[in-house]
Amino acid sequence: MESVQSHRKIMTGNEAVAVGVKLAKVKVIAAYPITPQTTIVEELADMVANGELDSKFIEVESEHSAMSAVTASEASGVRSYTASSSHGILYMHEPLHWAAGMRLPLVMSVVNRAIGPPWNIWGEQTDTFNQKDTGWLQIYCESNQEAMDSILLGYKIAENKKILLPVMNMLDAFTLSHTSEPVDVRNQKKAAEYVGDLELDSKLDFKNPAGYGSLLGPDGPFMEMKKDMRDSMYNAIGTIKNEISNFNEQFSAELPGLTDNFMMEDADYALVTAGAISSTAKYTVRKLREKGQKVGLIRLYFYRPFPGEDVLKAVKGLKGLGVVERNLSFGQRGPTYEDVATSLYGRVDIPIRNYVVGLGGRDIRVKDFERMFEDLVEGDNEIEWVNVGVK
Amino acid sequence: MPLTIPREEYMQQGHTACAGCGATLSMRYVLKGMGPKSAVVVPASCWSVIPGELPYTSLKVPLLYTPFASAGAAISGLREGLDAQGKQDYNVIAFAGDGGTADIGLQGLSAAVERGHNVLYVMYDNEAYMNTGIQRSGSTPYGAWTTTTPVGSKRDYKRENKKFVADLMMAQNAPYVATAAIGFPEDLERKLSVAKSIKGPKFIQILSPCPPGWNYNSADTVRVSRLAVESRIFPLYEFRNGKLTLFKPSKTVPVSQYLYLQGRFSHLYDSEVKVIESAVEERWQSLLRKEQV
Repeated sequence: MESVQSHRKIMTGNEAVAVGVKLAKVKVIAAYPITPQTTIVEELADMVANGELDSKFIEVESEHSAMSAVTASEASGVRSYTASSSHGILYMHEPLHWAAGMRLPLVMSVVNRAIGPPWNIWGEQTDTFNQKDTGWLQIYCESNQEAMDSILLGYKIAENKKILLPVMNMLDAFTLSHTSEPVDVRNQKKAAEYVGDLELDSKLDFKNPAGYGSLLGPDGPFMEMKKDMRDSMYNAIGTIKNEISNFNEQFSAELPGLTDNFMMEDADYALVTAGAISSTAKYTVRKLREKGQKVGLIRLYFYRPFPGEDVLKAVKGLKGLGVVERNLSFGQRGPTYEDVATSLYGRVDIPIRNYVVGLGGRDIRVKDFERMFEDLVEGDNEIEWVNVGVK
Repeated sequence: MPLTIPREEYMQQGHTACAGCGATLSMRYVLKGMGPKSAVVVPASCWSVIPGELPYTSLKVPLLYTPFASAGAAISGLREGLDAQGKQDYNVIAFAGDGGTADIGLQGLSAAVERGHNVLYVMYDNEAYMNTGIQRSGSTPYGAWTTTTPVGSKRDYKRENKKFVADLMMAQNAPYVATAAIGFPEDLERKLSVAKSIKGPKFIQILSPCPPGWNYNSADTVRVSRLAVESRIFPLYEFRNGKLTLFKPSKTVPVSQYLYLQGRFSHLYDSEVKVIESAVEERWQSLLRKEQV
């Protein structure tokens, strides 16, 4: 019997992503370089140049053009891909809305990086939290294995006819993008079978010509189309769960659910995280558990759609919950806090605290997570800045 | 002379353009020339409104709408997407206004031409942001009134020269560059057939008079277009294999004859018209010199 794995290889997150794109048999790639995403597109350019990947590669002059180009190629009916980071994805904000509004099942990778000024190329998730309302599904990866698998899963979910929305797949700058880990490379034939060929009912049709993205006034179905988008995203959770199980079954993989609940069964106190810092948080949970403290972690694998019901189920019985943001919103608490609090409002009565960590690549240490867990026991309701002081 | 304009119509009635709209004639002639195996990419512009509300369209070819700055990138992506499916025989056309080309879309256009995709970029030049209500663009000519160069008591008309995007495309050595005018449709059709025969990026800038924006009688669109060429304020040329060919109209008229038909120039004093006349002559001489190179 042919194995569902091709081989195991030590690779960086960016390499893992590029291999995932190759496995998904993408036909058009348009990309612009930005640190720390650049090696993804370099790797893909190599694959195309060496004939390992049969794809068009458009070396666009900006991120706005990268997204505009793949939106058009996807609309023509071929699977398309791009990757970006930080200021690049901010520059893409307008065409991100356009791609989602046209219901095009693109997948893109984003290496999470800080936003200037001051210029800073290190890890932080503000760039993609700023895109949470663009109509893209959002996945935050914890490992390089997830970074690769989420590309395949991403296309499968995006192209599901009940969803038809693009997927944004995140990995943290350097911690994942440039750090090597062992990764099971999925078998190419099996992967190609899994994603299949793109069948886009709404692709550009020369026999029955139409306008794609045409004008609509207040009495046209503008609002109905937006509602359908919102419903398709919000109701996608069941489909996503099925697709994750299907993926795990087909590839003997270990993707979590929309949330990854770690030692939550009998926990009294827990934190909510997203991305690679979750590994440090899990280490801390295990360490505190050994000392007899009943703590746990909820990692958000999916952030859009927001798995509110899953979070609700996981937090029942807790005495305190802390939401950790590696992003910053001004003038209000963090966006994850708002999402968690909204999901729990009126249904459980648990104090929720909010922590801001790791901006601009600031280290998030085990002792920082220990402090957050201590703080949960007695803390007040203010936002807390972790590992921040006068330098 | 045999009729050289294809009889087939790919633009139908029922669109929402103003009476006498030059941009609709541009689209009609472009589609006649390019034929039914075409897809048109339209960024924000009058033409994102003219075809009509979803699900209706007044064109017989697919139309892909894009954000304002996206035309150059979208034709690139569409071309590569179609090629990846073996549809090399379909034409990919951008149809963008002057704001979407000379201003916000210039980077995308320049990059698409530099990358060499097999596409046709049509700039329908009505010399201002007409869809939003006649605001100045980089392609607005010197002397013109617009709602953001409102003349006023300080004579604040457009004080800067028109940015000729076709000239920029020549500087980039695009495989084919042409200017055209809807008042010379046979010339436009010939240029389209040349463009169709060339593999690579093609750029055609079509002067498309706008009755409300230029403030003239809507019956005069073709007349205004012809006067623009005959007065040499909008020279027709063709650039291919690095060689410029300038069309010399058999009949020439003073620039003032073109200007006086249009309300957007009605504030100009004779001395100011003279400034425009000498600039037109200077550019004409410069094009003649380039033709000799």
